[in-house]
Amino acid sequence: MNALLETRSLARNFGAVTAAADIDVTINAGEIVGVIGSNGAGKTTFINMVTGYLAPSSGEILFKGKSIVGKNPRQVMRAGICRSFQVAQLFPELTVLDNVLIAYGIMKHKILPLMSPLATKANIQQAEQLLEEYGITSYMAETVVTLPQGVRKLLDIALAMLRKPEILLLDEPTSGVAIDDKFELMDTVMRAVRKSGAAVLFVEHDMEVIARYSTRLIAFYDGRVLADGAVSEVMGDEKVKELVTGHHLDIDYEREVEHA
Amino acid sequence: MKYATTMIVGAGIALLAAGLFMPGWLTFLLTLAFAKGLVVMGLLLLMRAGLVSFGQGLYYCLGAYCVGIAGDYFETQNALLLLLLAIVVCVALAAVIGLLLCRYRDIFFAMFSMAFSMILYGVLVKSSAFGSSDGFNVKPPLLFGWTPTGESGPFLAYGLAVVALVGVGIFVWRYLRSPMGYAGEAVRENEIRVEYLGASVRRIIYTKYLLAAAMAGLGGGITALAAGHIDPEMAYWTTSGEFVFIALMGGVGHAAGPVIGAVLFELLRTYAFQISPYTWQMILGIALLVIILYLPKGVWSLVERVTKGKPL
Repeated sequence: MNALLETRSLARNFGAVTAAADIDVTINAGEIVGVIGSNGAGKTTFINMVTGYLAPSSGEILFKGKSIVGKNPRQVMRAGICRSFQVAQLFPELTVLDNVLIAYGIMKHKILPLMSPLATKANIQQAEQLLEEYGITSYMAETVVTLPQGVRKLLDIALAMLRKPEILLLDEPTSGVAIDDKFELMDTVMRAVRKSGAAVLFVEHDMEVIARYSTRLIAFYDGRVLADGAVSEVMGDEKVKELVTGHHLDIDYEREVEHA
Repeated sequence: MKYATTMIVGAGIALLAAGLFMPGWLTFLLTLAFAKGLVVMGLLLLMRAGLVSFGQGLYYCLGAYCVGIAGDYFETQNALLLLLLAIVVCVALAAVIGLLLCRYRDIFFAMFSMAFSMILYGVLVKSSAFGSSDGFNVKPPLLFGWTPTGESGPFLAYGLAVVALVGVGIFVWRYLRSPMGYAGEAVRENEIRVEYLGASVRRIIYTKYLLAAAMAGLGGGITALAAGHIDPEMAYWTTSGEFVFIALMGGVGHAAGPVIGAVLFELLRTYAFQISPYTWQMILGIALLVIILYLPKGVWSLVERVTKGKPL
């Protein structure tokens, strides 16, 4: 397996509070890794550290063998690690088209031009193609603030995928999305991910989504990795049952994986 | 885009032609309005990124003093050279101050920018070499060795103001449609996303700050040439407040907003002073209140409503 991302003894403290400790995780090329854990387990802290939003207190983060500790979000993203957010991070008062155009404008130029127009026919066509891929073309002229949660999430992920990352980190992609829409959303995202060949690490609370889409599962508890392995294996782990998922889940994980 | 450029150049030519037949007082009033319009166009770049500067008076005043001091000490009256110098000096100062200011947002940005302009005000008031609080006179400008005299005296500064307005207007119009222009709005909306798209928010703000300083310096320089006198009041916080007032009045939705706002402001102030010399500020205040209440996006939104059917 080709290790794309490795963290070694990664830790983050906020004063006396330990948000993450001793996190050793490896993500290989093409893997789709689910991350579960109760609130405050360190999942988002982990993503924030990997993407340069938070500096680790100690430990190492290697991307394709090179350390990325100390790099800012821009550098991490340009290196090939992109992310979406628990609360979609968009430009709320602008239209969906403008959101995508801005993303293209920034992506295409290291130094932003001052005079050449952004909303050219070619750029608009490209934006339309992207929105079509994510099935949200009909919302193109709408202001983001008026969009349903699911569309916002899709747009957030579409913007993250624009740079064709090697690893995509999704922070609760289906949170706030209607139950009926969550699988459709994940299907759309996974289709785009497969097309690009990116590895995915996604934090999720919905065990059905985890079971259906992940090829590997990591369970976090109290800032530490509690279990890491095949989905059914982690779900069957007694400690995971006790501390993360509870005992009463009745999901046939093998069947869900086959279904996906 | 070519159509818009042609329109702006056409409007400039019409203004120049009209200037030949205008009474002197109107030429002078419009020159000051256009000079302020230039400053506010720079402010527009910042305001669209969510930053309100209460310190553009710093560069307005610095640009004016550059023109005045260079005219005196280097004994030159070449208007183009003096204005170029004003821009260069303002950008050089902004390049230093901007490094600090681009780290701040909201009220902190506003107050810091105001603090720097008040420092300049304090320095100038205490500098007897520059006339202290009285300021000093600026030599009449020359353009390629020529200066108009008599009735057409104010025309040179007016012509320079119109040409500068056309140039800066075309630049701002195109800039607002460029990736950097859009990036300003993106910064206002969500800095985190901008960073995660791969652009530096600080660099974007820094660039805007430099451009705004250049425009303010140019505006200040033209004001010095037109008025023939400069004083530290140009750096006082009320002058910077005037620019914000004009921006709110004209609107920041279009490059034309600041120019419309500046002309309205100058006309309103002139007539308010004539009608009520002791309470003219009250008339300005009421006018601003009315605009905020009924045209919250400025007078420009009225134009958009008529031409594009956009809601106010």
